[in-house]
Amino acid sequence: MPEPGYAVAAVLVSAAVTWALRALPFAVLAPLRASATVRHLSTRMPAGVMVILVVYCLRDLSVSSVGALAPLSALAATIGLHLWRRNALLSILGGTAVHVVLVSAVLPR
Amino acid sequence: MRIDSVAVGDSSPPAPDRSPSTGHARAALADSASVGLGFLPLGLAFGALAARSGLDWWWAGLSAALVYGGSFEFLLIGMVTAAAPPASIAVTAFLVNVRHVFYALSFPLHRVRGRLGKAYGTYALSDEAYALTAGERSRSWPGPRILWLQLFMHLYWAGSATAGALLGTLIPDGVTGLDFALTALFTVLALDALRGLRGDLPTPLLALLSALIARVLVPGQLLPVAFALFTAGLLVRAAATRNRPMTGEEPYRA
Repeated sequence: MPEPGYAVAAVLVSAAVTWALRALPFAVLAPLRASATVRHLSTRMPAGVMVILVVYCLRDLSVSSVGALAPLSALAATIGLHLWRRNALLSILGGTAVHVVLVSAVLPR
Repeated sequence: MRIDSVAVGDSSPPAPDRSPSTGHARAALADSASVGLGFLPLGLAFGALAARSGLDWWWAGLSAALVYGGSFEFLLIGMVTAAAPPASIAVTAFLVNVRHVFYALSFPLHRVRGRLGKAYGTYALSDEAYALTAGERSRSWPGPRILWLQLFMHLYWAGSATAGALLGTLIPDGVTGLDFALTALFTVLALDALRGLRGDLPTPLLALLSALIARVLVPGQLLPVAFALFTAGLLVRAAATRNRPMTGEEPYRA
């Protein structure tokens, strides 16, 4: 456990930034509702941000090593399940289960 | 599931003298069931991961209650255990949550009355709260029903995170790899968001390219650099499309 004061400060900083991002735009964005650029960004950013976050989660992956097998299999399972059933819960649980089994039992590090 | 049956099981008709806020709370409880079902395992995973990362049990509950931004909170575990400086935590919180800025364009805050109500309405404006309240189905929901719905979702998240942290230390040490739940969550959110874009392939490609470039050039600052490259790319593309309307891409012409 890091210093409790630091751990609490990290939460408070995050909470302040997150609330500011959720609240301030209501005052600022109203005149921008008609802006084509804002709409262009608002429709495309969510998907792109998620793609970037997936890469971030897999940033330590080295494709040539055996260690990449578990996350890549789990990723394939997640995508496959989601394209098949479109059930977020099932895809997340299934992909995570594949990863846990491979890392804990089949390919222990 | 249990949440739903509580709402449905007590099927006595609302007494005439019952205050309208009770009716709003009940309706919101039923509305929140689907999201609750999704929050429960994710919150448990978040709490368990925090506990397994060496953070005290209360930290997950505090973060879930105060930050209340699921995907960012998973990242926060790694940053806190690595003792990242608060400034870089703030920058990451900004970049990961900046998507919320766009919710102001269509979240029905005008239906929520009072300064306190509006404050909480924006505080608890999670992705899921936005998804449930900005759609067609919720057009007739009055302010109290929206606030109750937000409160229930907030409680599911904070409660399951705390429970996960308390139970997390019970998971045997040999079981590892639970952290993939976060990767899977982002993968699912990406697939759903991509489906909404209907064949707009340049957007995910631009994002993927931005992330890979950042990964190669500045692995220590992958997120901020990738987000900056991606946003710059989108802006260039928006400008280019507007100057050349014959590209046929005009979904944002109002």
